[in-house]
Amino acid sequence: MTTAASDLLPATRNALALLLLAMADDEFVIGFSDSEWTGIAPMLEEDVAMSSMAQDELGHAQALYRLLADVVEDGRDADAIAFDRPPEAYFHARLLDHPRGDWAQTITRRFLYDTADSARLEALSESSFEPLREIVAKIRREERYHVMHMTTWFERLARGSDSRPRLLDALDRIGPDAGTVLAPLPSALALEMAGIVPARFGGLAAAWRTSLQPTFQRLNLPPLPVTPAPDRARADHSDSFRWLHGEFTSVRGLDRSATW
Amino acid sequence: MVSAMHPFALGLVPAPDPTEARARTILARVHDPEIPTVSIVDLGLVHDVRVTRDHITVELLPTFVGCPALDVIRSTVADALAVLGRPIDVEFTFAVPWTTERLTPRGRDGLKAAGIAPPADAGNVRCPYCDSGQVAMDSAFGPTLCRSLFYCRDCRQPFEQFKTV
Repeated sequence: MTTAASDLLPATRNALALLLLAMADDEFVIGFSDSEWTGIAPMLEEDVAMSSMAQDELGHAQALYRLLADVVEDGRDADAIAFDRPPEAYFHARLLDHPRGDWAQTITRRFLYDTADSARLEALSESSFEPLREIVAKIRREERYHVMHMTTWFERLARGSDSRPRLLDALDRIGPDAGTVLAPLPSALALEMAGIVPARFGGLAAAWRTSLQPTFQRLNLPPLPVTPAPDRARADHSDSFRWLHGEFTSVRGLDRSATW
Repeated sequence: MVSAMHPFALGLVPAPDPTEARARTILARVHDPEIPTVSIVDLGLVHDVRVTRDHITVELLPTFVGCPALDVIRSTVADALAVLGRPIDVEFTFAVPWTTERLTPRGRDGLKAAGIAPPADAGNVRCPYCDSGQVAMDSAFGPTLCRSLFYCRDCRQPFEQFKTV
């Protein structure tokens, strides 16, 4: 059990920083992207729900960036890490590079992301790095609501006559990138050796795909395609992400002392 | 009154600083900014209060990680404790997760008084106005991160429930 980053070997510390950056950027980007529905979601309850989930994700990102700042100790605080990087330095999964699209694409992406993220969090609840384990224990209690809500919506859209073709289109567009959230990180081995992730972490993507099969079969949906180039899972960000980056850095660009 | 043979008097155990008891009494009067009927102590937010001769540290547990009220709570706590005349640190910690079980019975009553149903397992939620169990969840997500939306079929009143986490 490790309680302070300063007790970790430098290589382990770098590996941990990469894991935290991936998780924080994932939550940050999906949180900002989905917050675009505030005020324009198809119905009032869903406007509130999507905004609430987006706010949850930004809170999780903030907590993870703060932990990352403690681990990296390079003088940057959470805000500097979150807002002061060029678009190509963000390390989120390519699934989150897609624009929010229509409601079906947003729901499809959230369903894929939330189920993958909850598999990741569940595994990290066994982490040997105590500060991470503590944050994960808290975040999991909130993400449970996201998975429940997204599962309901995913099934609803898959069964609706107007919505089903839209959901199938969304799966065509973003399905190939679904596996990017759980694609192994370059630092996977160092993380496993230090017990920061459990041994089964490398097999999470496969386990997650298997866990989705009953839902996809029941809804008569095509199986998720294999993710091409998993080693590029968090690179080659899209133009739509570059646009989003311009949006979420605009306030910081005007006033560096602005707070979240 | 501490007797001469008491461990405090013998110097075996440091006597508790009376300021700590005062600090806790003050904290019991600090209310959640959005729920004026519930103190942060009854909400279960207070994880630790440490008082030294020249410093006070208060550790609080966030109900939700992204709760935007945290900064307001932090400054309200610091302002309330300022009368003690020592430098104050108010920190948030994830050392233990805040859960629904941390609400005290008085905290649950305070929620009801504010028109918010206390956390309960699905199926056991009761209307905070008429105590009916004939209620339906409209949405798991409400106007703040910690609340869901319900409707009472008996008194036909929409109400909020504190999410079970």
